[in-house]
Amino acid sequence: MTEPVQLATFGVTEADARHVLDRLSTRDVDYADLYFESRVAESVSMEEGIVKRAAKSISQGVGVRATAGEKTGFAYSDDLTKKDLELAADTARYIADSPKGTRMVPVPIHRRPAHDLYPVDRAKAEVATPERIALLNEIDEEAKRYDPRIKNVMASFNTEYKVVVVATSDGVLVADVQPLSRLQISCIAEEDGNRQIGSFGGGGRVGFEFYRDRNRHLEYAREAAREAIVNLSAVEAPAGVMPVVLAGGWPGILLHEAIGHGLEADFNRKKTSAFSNLIGKRVASEVCTIVDDGTLPFRRGSLNMDDEGTPTGRTILIEKGILRGYLTDKLNARLMGIGLTGNGRRESYQSVVLPRMTNTFMLAGESDPQDIIRSVKRGLYAVSFGGGQVDITNGKFVFSASEAYLIEDGKVTRPVKGATLIGNGPEILKKVSMVGHDLKLDNGIGTCGKDGQSVPVGVGLPTIKVDEITVGGTQR
Amino acid sequence: MAASDSDYAQLAADILSRAKAGGATEADVVVADGQTLSVQVRVGVVDRLTKAREKRLGLRVFVGKRSATSSTSDFSKESLQRLVSETCTLAKTVVEDPTSGLPEANQMATDRPDLDLYDGTILSTENQIEWAKRGEAAAFAADERVTNSEGAEFESSSGRVVLANSHGFIGSYNGSSFSLSVSPIASDARTGSMQRGVWYEVQRKFARLASAESIGREAARRAVRRLGARRVSTKRVPVVFDQETAGSLLANLCSAVSGYGLYKRASFLLDQLGRTIASDLITVYDDGRMIGGLGSRPFDGEGVATRKNTIVERGVLTSYLLDTYSGKKMGLPSTGNASRSVGESPSVGPTNFYLVPDTKTPEQIIGSVKEGLYLTELIGFGINMVTGDYSRGASGFWIENGELAFPVEEITIAGNLKQMLKDIEMVGNDLVFRGRVASPTIKIAEMMVAGN
Repeated sequence: MTEPVQLATFGVTEADARHVLDRLSTRDVDYADLYFESRVAESVSMEEGIVKRAAKSISQGVGVRATAGEKTGFAYSDDLTKKDLELAADTARYIADSPKGTRMVPVPIHRRPAHDLYPVDRAKAEVATPERIALLNEIDEEAKRYDPRIKNVMASFNTEYKVVVVATSDGVLVADVQPLSRLQISCIAEEDGNRQIGSFGGGGRVGFEFYRDRNRHLEYAREAAREAIVNLSAVEAPAGVMPVVLAGGWPGILLHEAIGHGLEADFNRKKTSAFSNLIGKRVASEVCTIVDDGTLPFRRGSLNMDDEGTPTGRTILIEKGILRGYLTDKLNARLMGIGLTGNGRRESYQSVVLPRMTNTFMLAGESDPQDIIRSVKRGLYAVSFGGGQVDITNGKFVFSASEAYLIEDGKVTRPVKGATLIGNGPEILKKVSMVGHDLKLDNGIGTCGKDGQSVPVGVGLPTIKVDEITVGGTQR
Repeated sequence: MAASDSDYAQLAADILSRAKAGGATEADVVVADGQTLSVQVRVGVVDRLTKAREKRLGLRVFVGKRSATSSTSDFSKESLQRLVSETCTLAKTVVEDPTSGLPEANQMATDRPDLDLYDGTILSTENQIEWAKRGEAAAFAADERVTNSEGAEFESSSGRVVLANSHGFIGSYNGSSFSLSVSPIASDARTGSMQRGVWYEVQRKFARLASAESIGREAARRAVRRLGARRVSTKRVPVVFDQETAGSLLANLCSAVSGYGLYKRASFLLDQLGRTIASDLITVYDDGRMIGGLGSRPFDGEGVATRKNTIVERGVLTSYLLDTYSGKKMGLPSTGNASRSVGESPSVGPTNFYLVPDTKTPEQIIGSVKEGLYLTELIGFGINMVTGDYSRGASGFWIENGELAFPVEEITIAGNLKQMLKDIEMVGNDLVFRGRVASPTIKIAEMMVAGN
């Protein structure tokens, strides 16, 4: 277990923090917190066989928040003097109707986070730039060795090291150290004027050794190259409604878009989600059980605690097709009178807390993946995806395949060009008729955007069959 | 805020001389600061109030042909000293890139035109809350089917950028923006189905903002008109892109002509300079010096003077968007399009990138379609910039005999950008800037619409 982080890291005393919390806690304020964050991010990137770019960024600051009823007052500052903290507190408490009264704030109790999911030996995790450069050079060689039609390899390796301390008016002082890294590779293949791109990557709350372990970096390189080469022979994608088989792993982005966002508590409290008032109702077929789990060791979407200091957990969203629960932060849990799930997250000290997903996946079923493919007469087999998006209010969501194949008479045949799939969140999972026994989590590349804030997330899926969904190709 | 322009100029000069002492042969520094006040109101009460001041310094050093970048929000003397020395060390560890370097000294901007980018109006918190409340109230009042709201947000911000480099260039400019967006939700009393509408406006000058009421009413109209949307069967039809979705298509063109995608061979417009890439109705400008423009600036992220570039002229690709690095890669000079977020190396971005309007009204364009799609919203990321393959989630209205017949949703539109640009057969007269990329209504002869 790493040493507990202290407020002193930020040049702030506990008395200062308590003073600011006192100042925030006027009569109408239900809750207040301080979020201190220091972040060091480094990146190296390669293209045209040269590691051209190296960059480092340092940020440090505090977010100060007070909530009263449905109202949130928020201020942030990259200066951490007592005066700056007081100024931020005065802004944040502006939302209270009676800014003068005071309430007692309990003396914060030092707590450790509930979990220790990503113990990282910093000495081992951090390596000098030349070692990162060597990693990228090996990737370049491996991808080009995979096939001479690979003409350009673009790779980047990003790491971040975040230290956070949360002090709350309900008496908690808790800190966490959150490492995060990602290796991302794209290859461009060229043949007779036909150019195609393939991408692959992975990572998590892991150190540098993760990428060299079992030569993961070379496996990623071959996967990116393979996707580009496959796409060289892709034909036009079909258009219209058809059965689609989703491969395991990253295609779990379906769950993230189709139901995950719709179950975030804020939209449901405001009754602006297509899932509002559907708790206890059937929203998926019986073979579907879906969870959000922030406690998986070393995963990109995992956290020892959320950004309000609440322990992360495993929340059942859908159980055998029945909608069971929402994902909450403190504000929405209080207003809705439901429990905390440890899903209050923020991009940085500069952003407000929102209910967000962690790692969202469907539990394994009983079907053999081969049987699932064999059951389709004419349809699509989608293996990899780019991004997705959802309109929470009407429930319509899309996600775009980057590697897909036709299924003809129960067999996977020709690769097709990327196509967007579109469906309706509360309906689509009712059309899942088969779930494979091969649950796979993604490799650790997901970033979710909401309200302009990006946070790292994970998804997972066994092979599944969706009986019908609209595929946005160009061919009848 | 305490720091003045000359404080930052002095800070930049200090950093540059430290970098030189640390072994840098060339360097540049960006200092940016700003303040923001944002209020969100929902169903008549304040939902969120955010106030912030921030500052950030970015440094790029070259040691011969090796380079590194860094940035920090910590302006303490010790921290900055450490940053400079670490950045110089980092640069020495990366590989030589023969193309790297600052622009030539004689390319630095020499003039500082006043582009009217700054408005010093300071709005009180109460005033901003009032604006947001009026916008949302107007949406509720506009139609009884508006029953809920994602809220209304009013934001004011102002900031300053100072750029200096080892050629002796130093420049700065101030900018401001004022925006209101309103997101009402309409519901169908019979089916319970909901639709959200969003309308917004952004201006550099407070006085130029449209009234809160007009923005709220338009947002309501956009929510209500989507009620009862249904799917259509899969077929090839003409597609009319409204201003917003046409702007999104133009942004795709903008990416395709950006230097970085081109030299990496990751654009579908490779080797097309001087060739016809679009219908002859298409003329596109990128104008960095448009007075009061949301993307205007006197010099770009490397200190090169901005200007008005003709990107496409009557369908022929006449210029790429380039900074110094991607320009050298393409054997061409910079077009003044270096875009620089403080912490990163320059990249390429648009300034005010727009499609020149023609004479047709949107009604005339819709009127020309017997059966087709009037596209008002796109979702998802289904665009392959390498091949131009295009497949996105869509909603809008079905056109029958030149009239909007009913709203449609849960459909996709697909094609290839190379062909789509050539198939633009009408351009509207309704160009309005709501961002840095803008387009009037356009009509594409035919695309595949997938639905039932």
